[in-house]
Amino acid sequence: MPASLTPYFLIAQRLGVALITLVIVSFAVFFATELLPGDVAEILLGQAATPEAVAGLREAMGLNQPGIYRFLHWFVGLASGDLGTSYVNNMPVADLISGRLANSLKLAGVTTLFAVPIALSLGIGAAMWRGSIFDRLVSVLTISVISVPEFMVATLAVLIFAVWLGWLPALSYGADVGSWSAMLKAYAMPVITLGFVVSAQMIRMTRAAVIETINTPYVEMALLKGASRSRMVLRHALPNALGPIANAVALSLSYLVGGVIIVETIFNYPGVAKLMVDAVSTRDLPLIQSCAMIFCISYLSLITLADMIAILANPRLRH
Amino acid sequence: MTNKTPTNWTGRDDAMVEQAIRRGASRRELLKMLMASGIGAVAGGSLLLRADQAVAAAPVFGGNMKAAGWSSSTADTLDPAKASLSTDYVRCCAFYNRLTFLDEAGQVQMELADSVSSDDAQTWEVKLKSGVLFHDGKTLSADDVVYSLKRHLDEGVGSKVNSIAKQMTEISKVDDLTVKIVLAAANADLPTILALHHFMIIADGTTDFSKPNGTGAFICEVFEPGVKSVAVKNPNYFKAEGPYLDSFEFFAITDNNARVNALLSNDIQLAASVNPRSLRMLDGQSSVKTSVTTSGNYSNLNIRLDMNPGDKAGFIEGMKYLVNREAIQKSVLRGLAEIGNDQPVSAASRYHNPNLKPKDYDPERAKSLFDKAGLLGQSIPVVASDAATSSVDMAMIVQQAGTQIGMKLDVQRVPSDGYWSNYWLKAPIHFGNINPRPTPDILFSLLYASDAPWNESQYKSEKFDKMMVEARGALDEEKRTAIYWDMQEMVANEAGTIIPAYISNVDAISSKLGGLKPNPLGGMMGYAFAEYVWLNA
Repeated sequence: MPASLTPYFLIAQRLGVALITLVIVSFAVFFATELLPGDVAEILLGQAATPEAVAGLREAMGLNQPGIYRFLHWFVGLASGDLGTSYVNNMPVADLISGRLANSLKLAGVTTLFAVPIALSLGIGAAMWRGSIFDRLVSVLTISVISVPEFMVATLAVLIFAVWLGWLPALSYGADVGSWSAMLKAYAMPVITLGFVVSAQMIRMTRAAVIETINTPYVEMALLKGASRSRMVLRHALPNALGPIANAVALSLSYLVGGVIIVETIFNYPGVAKLMVDAVSTRDLPLIQSCAMIFCISYLSLITLADMIAILANPRLRH
Repeated sequence: MTNKTPTNWTGRDDAMVEQAIRRGASRRELLKMLMASGIGAVAGGSLLLRADQAVAAAPVFGGNMKAAGWSSSTADTLDPAKASLSTDYVRCCAFYNRLTFLDEAGQVQMELADSVSSDDAQTWEVKLKSGVLFHDGKTLSADDVVYSLKRHLDEGVGSKVNSIAKQMTEISKVDDLTVKIVLAAANADLPTILALHHFMIIADGTTDFSKPNGTGAFICEVFEPGVKSVAVKNPNYFKAEGPYLDSFEFFAITDNNARVNALLSNDIQLAASVNPRSLRMLDGQSSVKTSVTTSGNYSNLNIRLDMNPGDKAGFIEGMKYLVNREAIQKSVLRGLAEIGNDQPVSAASRYHNPNLKPKDYDPERAKSLFDKAGLLGQSIPVVASDAATSSVDMAMIVQQAGTQIGMKLDVQRVPSDGYWSNYWLKAPIHFGNINPRPTPDILFSLLYASDAPWNESQYKSEKFDKMMVEARGALDEEKRTAIYWDMQEMVANEAGTIIPAYISNVDAISSKLGGLKPNPLGGMMGYAFAEYVWLNA
């Protein structure tokens, strides 16, 4: 195989592995769901669930087929792009998800836009001036931010900015977002909260990765050859540290799609994380599966993207 | 005149005074009540003036209201038969109407029905109001009512009130505005049963509930399950008054603090069911007041009469004296409760027996009873769980009292998950939690009849069963009330269910919100507040 094709072959391999992972995850989620006690009919009826009523409702909802059959049916539908119909409210899963996925992606996008540049510059800066007051300050701050749970940050932010000062709305969704300033206001608190959560990890990883490359002989060589400090870090060390940094960023960001249940709850923001929780509590198989697929796809694509960046940015693989 | 408010005077106290005025208390009685709580005549007069103003305030038209409940998921539904949570009830009340409803005093009032009458309590005739329009312009007729009621009998619908609806053996149209309902056996409670939220009237043939077509005060514009609903005023609403709001948005904020904060920052005007722990924070705010409803929800200590130790004579009676109701009401429930007297019909019901006093806390008497039963000194397990509201704290109070007289109660705290299927009704001594039901008959047949599905203490009495059937068929209110009073006494003295307190629900509302009154069907004015409230400027 010609050496120049190696990166592309690696990328194709990544994509293949990602696809297989999706299928495995889908089966794993199905079996986990099957283990949960109760089914949709029992849960919908709640206290009023007499055996006859449950049987009648199951019949009416078409839940009498074995679970694995219903799952395979859903899986085949998925292959043709059909996410199925929710058991609970008979709406197409695609309709239920689309609006909320857009919300989640919007929040994740805005957070990324703010958090990533800030985190990277702080991390790189801390590495460049290692041991300085700036470095220590950044380290102390990131440690403290990691240690404070996000519900605390979110609740305090609401208490201060919405209740006491009255500057920002307490709810992000349902608030009037007619103008740019209104939208900025609505997004400010969730974005700050999420920014705290995701950037601390990125800052620490960036700093560590850059410092590690600074310690390598070739960077030392660049320094001996008279390269300035910034050129040494940005031109020689950074490209080699890009792989681990991209991975750290991807890991942090993948959390933004499915893992922000606390922020969604506190700011009453209808995203996919809350949707997944609802789906599990009502045992709504098509919705659970679809949400799981979305989380898995977003995670895999971010990780794959990070891998690709690492592969493409690696000078040894490029030349 | 300026409003002089005493220190420590809170919005909750305002609400209490307003409530007393509505119940018809005279000025003199009110001042006496205030004096008793240490408030001078001058300040008292000022407080009463304010409360009078609040009660008499004229409605204001217009405005958009946002209200937040506490639970919402993709299972949210606008199908009244499937409605299961407060969120569903609130929406159904805004978009549909019932044939009847219960007012603040627990009395049946007519809504879509003009009259619901019967000579023998078995064959009923429902006369409908004429000229009531559905949102799509269709006129309400008997067909709609027949369809709406009959759906509950179809098991494929998954109706929550299937078991209650089953007694309606015939539901038929007599003419365009008359419906005949025949029951399997006489039941004078039918008008109250029809006031249940599930018996909302929908248009004939409706199967799709994504865009509700009702007769209600608001027309639904947006409904996203698990997200929100937005509705606008129905210009053709059949009632002379209301709705006052131009639009009404409802959603849920599951986190209690977030809900309270949203109210404090005026993003919403009503936060339903706030945790008593938040009340301190709310009491200090002038922009917020609270509305307390005590409607018969309770956590109770159940001792099975057919198992050891409940089958030993005197044990249950002893336990009834060992429960410190005042401590439970004051410290466990933070004062947001009414002391109970071991029977399920709360003061919110018009059939409540006020002569039946709760048993005093009397550990010495309990001790002698336990001694007689030969149980003193034995370790007796008591199962409690977070699944039954506040039951763990209640168990602690009883355990403490037991320790003082040498009665060892071993409190076993078990997980919420699976509590209702594994421990409730099964363990010899355990806690339960019962939601309010609108009539004594439903409560008794669900909980105390010999064949009751949820007979928590396995109470069996033929006499009781006979009285239940007799009261059910009695159209004479006085006779029914007398029977229900006797039945409450029987339950309090003979059954093994100790009901120490009825738990209150607290809704926090913006002080701009007018017209909200407590209702025995539940918080948020029996979930029907949307059409009755208004926003002051």
